[in-house]
Amino acid sequence: MSSSIETLVNKEYQYGFVTDVDSDTLPPGLNEDVVRLISSKKNEPEWLLEWRLKAYKRWLTMTEPHWPNVKYAPINYQGARYYSAPKSVKPLQSLDEVDPELLSTYKKLGISLTEQKMLSGVAVDAIFDSVSVGTTMKEELSKHGVVFCSFSEAVHNHPELIQQYLGSVVPYSDNFFAALNSAVFSDGSFCYIPKGVRCPLELSTYFRINAAETGQFERTLIVADEGAHVSYLEGCTAPKRSTNQLHAAVVELVALDRSTIKYSTVQNWYAGDKEGVGGIYNFVTKRGKAHADAKISWTQVETGSAITWKYPSVILLGDNSVGEFYSVAVVNNKQQADTGTKMIHIGKNTKSTIISKGISAGEGQNSYRGRVQILPKAEGARNYTQCDSMLIGNTCGAHTFPYIEVANNSSTTEHEASTSKIGEDQIFYCKARGLSAEHAISLIVSGFCREVFKELPMEFALEAQQLLGITLEGSVG
Amino acid sequence: MLTIDNLHANAGDKAILKGISLTVNAGEVHAIMGPNGSGKSTLAQVIAGHPGFEVTKGSITYVGQDLLEMDPEVRAQQGVFLAFQYPVEIPGVTNAYFLRSAYNELRKAHGKEEMDPMEFLDLMEQKLKVVDMDPAMLQRSVNAGFSGGEKKRNEILQMAVLEPKLAILDETDSGLDIDALRVVAGGVNALKRPDNATIVVTHYQRLLNHIVPDFVHVLAGGKIVKSGGKELALELEAKGYDWLVGTA
Repeated sequence: MSSSIETLVNKEYQYGFVTDVDSDTLPPGLNEDVVRLISSKKNEPEWLLEWRLKAYKRWLTMTEPHWPNVKYAPINYQGARYYSAPKSVKPLQSLDEVDPELLSTYKKLGISLTEQKMLSGVAVDAIFDSVSVGTTMKEELSKHGVVFCSFSEAVHNHPELIQQYLGSVVPYSDNFFAALNSAVFSDGSFCYIPKGVRCPLELSTYFRINAAETGQFERTLIVADEGAHVSYLEGCTAPKRSTNQLHAAVVELVALDRSTIKYSTVQNWYAGDKEGVGGIYNFVTKRGKAHADAKISWTQVETGSAITWKYPSVILLGDNSVGEFYSVAVVNNKQQADTGTKMIHIGKNTKSTIISKGISAGEGQNSYRGRVQILPKAEGARNYTQCDSMLIGNTCGAHTFPYIEVANNSSTTEHEASTSKIGEDQIFYCKARGLSAEHAISLIVSGFCREVFKELPMEFALEAQQLLGITLEGSVG
Repeated sequence: MLTIDNLHANAGDKAILKGISLTVNAGEVHAIMGPNGSGKSTLAQVIAGHPGFEVTKGSITYVGQDLLEMDPEVRAQQGVFLAFQYPVEIPGVTNAYFLRSAYNELRKAHGKEEMDPMEFLDLMEQKLKVVDMDPAMLQRSVNAGFSGGEKKRNEILQMAVLEPKLAILDETDSGLDIDALRVVAGGVNALKRPDNATIVVTHYQRLLNHIVPDFVHVLAGGKIVKSGGKELALELEAKGYDWLVGTA
């Protein structure tokens, strides 16, 4: 592009601070003893330890997938630590008991666990490294019978639900990273919405990786019982480190008959520096199972991570079930993303919508990978896919890998794709109306992403828009 | 208000403007006419600060300041407005949001508070009347899917909102039917004040029936080859440009 598209000074990653708390950290390495130790540190029942060990044994037989369109140096799984918990965390009765350092970390992240959030009606279950440090609004939720707690608590307080649903959507044998997670997951969130209940609050979890060389392996399980309704928000940030950190999470959603789960993510893990040093490897398995007349909607805004490997998917099991995937993925500098979705139509008259917006700047490489599978019995199934890419500058890349498999002739699939470039003329037009180059880019890009942003809850939409601006700052002059 | 002195500008290696001098005072309307490729639009774009052109010689002084030293957005904030010949589409961004962003940048640059959306909507109600525009247009994406006439009208709406000191209309009449032309010209006239000035770049005399210039300049081969009063436009209409182009 022409002269005005040059690099400005890149804005520093503003969440890149490190919190100084005493951590209870395992030495690097992974073996059966580590798995047992994690389980025992969490006082887990025998059945869960068995499950972890089965996962670990399966993982040993698996190989890391190399089909994604991303490049990175081999990961030394024995070099990572698999457990790190702030030492102060024992059973906490209230936020007052939480380490003030931790609380100030949340403050820097812009989350307050206290009044403000409660007033704005968001219950927060904050995951700091591997242990949940505080859950608000629990009482309000429990009035409606809603369970929202850390995964570890759920294991103790609701073992029957965990046993019934853990691994029911993403089995431990599903893939390499899911198996690893199943063996060593340290905490996460659990949420259960009883029959016919519309969750009175938007539930929100903030994940944050703090300790050096700690992999984060959290697990989220959300079960919406028949006719229930829940909206769940997940936000992610991590401090700056010069080494790469592994984040292999698993999220399972179970939407029983006539229920709705809306799952929104704003992912802003540290992306590494301009030369591609450091950053999070975000290898995540997210999947939902929609029973009859149920609806699962994934919305994600992915601006961070050095590498993203992530395909939030929906198994449309029941008749008339609905799956949606709305995604914005941004890569700048040396970031690489291979992300998309799978919609597996099993039930009759199932319907799925995929809207993917990929933005590439710097030397970023962005791939959309999607699979729409319509099985023989999924009569009358429908899919609509729209896949748009935007390029900023001449050194980035956008790739699309759509797979469509249709096994009956009463279904409909549509696929639309476009690639555009932020034009010099668009930027000049904005400048000629008094907007700075950065303001112009963020305006143009938000416009490009509007169909996805409008799916986000209000406060998340604003945050997403700001993040987008920060991520792309410096990509255009 | 605006003094252009011996301005030379290139697009790449190609010299387009070859020594333009022009003075525009507050309260005046200047028309720049001339055949295709004479450099009319280039002049308009150079004043607005388009990065595709390089000024190789000469100067532009705007309200006592060196205009060429300012970034395009600063020029806009200081009251320079270019109505584009080809307004640019910005999909997904509503006209209302775009206008409010521009308006607030202007306010910020002058040390004023930003205006909130509700207040802004009230302001828009007034402004829409200037160009006889349907409020529904505010909720559509900037210029996306607009007809040629709608785009031009939208430019004048932006002008009405931003109230520039110096407005440059780059072939705003091209592609307009006679009714749209009347509306657009009416809008420009309604915005005229003793303390602002307008430069109208046009190919045809017909716009000048509606926006009456104080001065007419003929641009050919990158230079102003003739200047005169509004009657010059009529002469050009009758005789064409050929008799002048020879002198370039």
